[in-house]
Amino acid sequence: MTAIVSLRNVKKSYLRGKQTVEVLHGVDLEIQASEFLGLMGPSGSGKTTMLNLIAGLDQPTSGEVVVSDKRIDKLSRGALADWRARHIGFIFQFYNLLPVLTAEANVEVPLLLTNLSRAQRRERVQTVLQLVGLADRAKHKPNELSGGQQQRVAIARAIVADPTLLVCDEPTGDLDRQSAEEIMNLLQALNRTQGKTIVMVTHDPRAAEYASRELHLDKGQLAHDARRVA
Amino acid sequence: MRLFRQIGAVTAMNLRSLPQRVTTSLVIVIGIAGVVAVLTSVLAMSTGMIKTIENAGRDDRVIVMRNGSNSEVSSAVSRASMRLIVDAPAVKRDSAGNPILSAETMRLITLHKREDDSTVNVILRGVGRQVLELRPEIKLTAGRMFKPAVNEVIVGKSATAQYRGVSIGDEVRTRNATWTVVGTFVTGDSHESELMTDAETLIASDQRGAFQSVTLMLESPAAFQRFKDALTSNPALALDVLREPEYFEQASKGISRVISFLAYFVGSIMAVGAVFGALNTMYAAVSERLREIATLRAIGFGATAMIVSVLAEALLLACIGGVIGSLLAWVFFNGNTVSTGGAAQGQLIFDLSVSPELMVIGIVWAGVIGLIGGLFPAIRAARLPVAAALRAI
Repeated sequence: MTAIVSLRNVKKSYLRGKQTVEVLHGVDLEIQASEFLGLMGPSGSGKTTMLNLIAGLDQPTSGEVVVSDKRIDKLSRGALADWRARHIGFIFQFYNLLPVLTAEANVEVPLLLTNLSRAQRRERVQTVLQLVGLADRAKHKPNELSGGQQQRVAIARAIVADPTLLVCDEPTGDLDRQSAEEIMNLLQALNRTQGKTIVMVTHDPRAAEYASRELHLDKGQLAHDARRVA
Repeated sequence: MRLFRQIGAVTAMNLRSLPQRVTTSLVIVIGIAGVVAVLTSVLAMSTGMIKTIENAGRDDRVIVMRNGSNSEVSSAVSRASMRLIVDAPAVKRDSAGNPILSAETMRLITLHKREDDSTVNVILRGVGRQVLELRPEIKLTAGRMFKPAVNEVIVGKSATAQYRGVSIGDEVRTRNATWTVVGTFVTGDSHESELMTDAETLIASDQRGAFQSVTLMLESPAAFQRFKDALTSNPALALDVLREPEYFEQASKGISRVISFLAYFVGSIMAVGAVFGALNTMYAAVSERLREIATLRAIGFGATAMIVSVLAEALLLACIGGVIGSLLAWVFFNGNTVSTGGAAQGQLIFDLSVSPELMVIGIVWAGVIGLIGGLFPAIRAARLPVAAALRAI
C-alpha cells in the first residue's frame, strides 16, 4: 500500500480577533490509495480544517502536507489552484452547483481547466452523468432537480476530471435519509469499483459506516483510528 | 488557451446570471448614462460652436486689426491706415480695379429673445460696399439689400429666428438712430447671428470715427505672407494680419475651452458619483456570487479569470449606460440651436453637434468609470480566502 496523503506534524492556528487559536496540534496521518476515509469528531475538532489542508484550500502554520508525492504546503496560491484542478474533486454539503448552468454544463466546469477538446469534454460528461444515473437530467438546471439529484451532479463534477482524491465535506448533511443512502452507496461504489480515494468529513455515523476507515478528531488531535473490514 | 477558456466560461456565467440582478445592475447603467448624457451634450456645445466658427473662415480672406487686439471689439483701424491697407500688394481687385474689401465697425444693440423675452446684446455690423463680393456666402433670403446713407439693416437667419422685432419692416434702435429691417440673409456661419448695415452710415450715425477691422480678399491663399509682410514691415502701421480661419479659431478658443473645461469638470464630478455607484453594484454582484466564486476557485479557476470576469461585467454594464447616455444626448440635443450669453462680442448662435466622435468619447468615459468601479470588487473576488468563504456560506 502506498500513502497518497501524508500529514507530518501539521499544526494550524487562526487569528480570532487578537487571539491565536490553534485548531490542529501537530497531526500525523497517512491515507493510502483507494482508501475511503471517514473523518469524524465534534464541532470545532478540526475536521474541516484538516480536509482543507489535504485539499490544498488552506495551508498549515507548520508541518508538511504531501499529496501524491508532492509537498503542497509551500505552494503559492496560483500554483495551488492549478494543483487542485488536477488532483482534487470536491463534494460540498450544499452541492455548490452553478445555478445558471445545466447539469451537464456544471459537470463540464472542471474540464474547462484541461486541454480536452469540446467533443472529448462532452463525451466525458455523458459518461459520468450515466455513472451517477442522471443521463436523462443532463439539460436540467439545478433548481429543477431534487437535493439528491443535485448532489449526484456535484459528484459527477467531482470525478469528471479523474482527480487523485475526492474530498467530501458533509455530503449528506442537506439530504433526507433515503437520498443520503443513495449518495453514500454511490460514493462507496466509486471507491470500490473505480478505486477512488475519498476523504469525507461527516457528523453522521450512518454515513461514516460506508467508509473503509474511520478517524476521530478531538480538540485538534487524532483520537481514534479504525479500519473496517469490507 | 486554458486561461482564455477560463475567462470566457466565468464571464459567460456572470453575464447569464445578470437577469437575476437587474435592479442592482441598473444602478451602473443609469448612473453612467446620466454622466455620459451630460458630458456629451455639454461637449456638443463647444463642438457646435467650433464648427460654426470654422465654417466662417476662408483661406484667401484676411482680417486686419490693431496690433495686439484679440477681437474686433477692442480693435481700431484709422482711415489713414486704411489707405495704406488698400494699396498693399496681393489684394484682389474687381473688374473695375477696386480692392475687394470691407472696412467694418460694430455696435451692440439690445434685442429681446422670442422664447423668454430676456434682453441680449446682438452685433450690428457695419460693412463695406463690396461686402457681397468679399463674402459671396451672404445670400438674401427675403427683402432686399440695405442702401448706403439710409438707416437700413439686413438681419441674419438665426437672429430672425431667435429675437423679436427684427422681421422685415420692423425697426431697431441704436443709441442715436433708428434702423429699418429691409431684408434677411443666410451665410451658414456665425454672421447669421448678426445684423448688417453700411459701415459709413453706421459711423456717421454716432460719430464714433474709426473702423474696427478690415477684411479683404487676397489674390490667392499663397499671397498671404506677401501681404502680411508688406503691412507689418511698414513702420507707419501697427497692425495684426490674420487669415480668417485663424482669427475665428482664436476668437472662439477661449470660450470653447471654458465650455470644454466645464464639461469635463462637471462630468468628472458626476463620474466620481457613478464610480461609487458602480463599486456598490459590483460589490453586491460579487457578494451575491460568493458561493459560485469560492466554488470555482476551489475547483481550480485562477484569480485572473475572476478579475477579468468581474471587470468584463462592469465594462458591459457601463458601456450599455454609455450608449444610452450618448443616444439620449443625440436625440435631445443634436441640432438644437443655442446661443452664447450676452457676451461683449454679442451673441453667437450655433447648433449643438453630438458628433460620432463625441459619442465615442462618452462611451470611453463610461468604460473607464465601469473599469474603476469594477476593479476593487474584482480584486476582492480574486483574493477571496476560499476555505473561509466556503465555510461562511
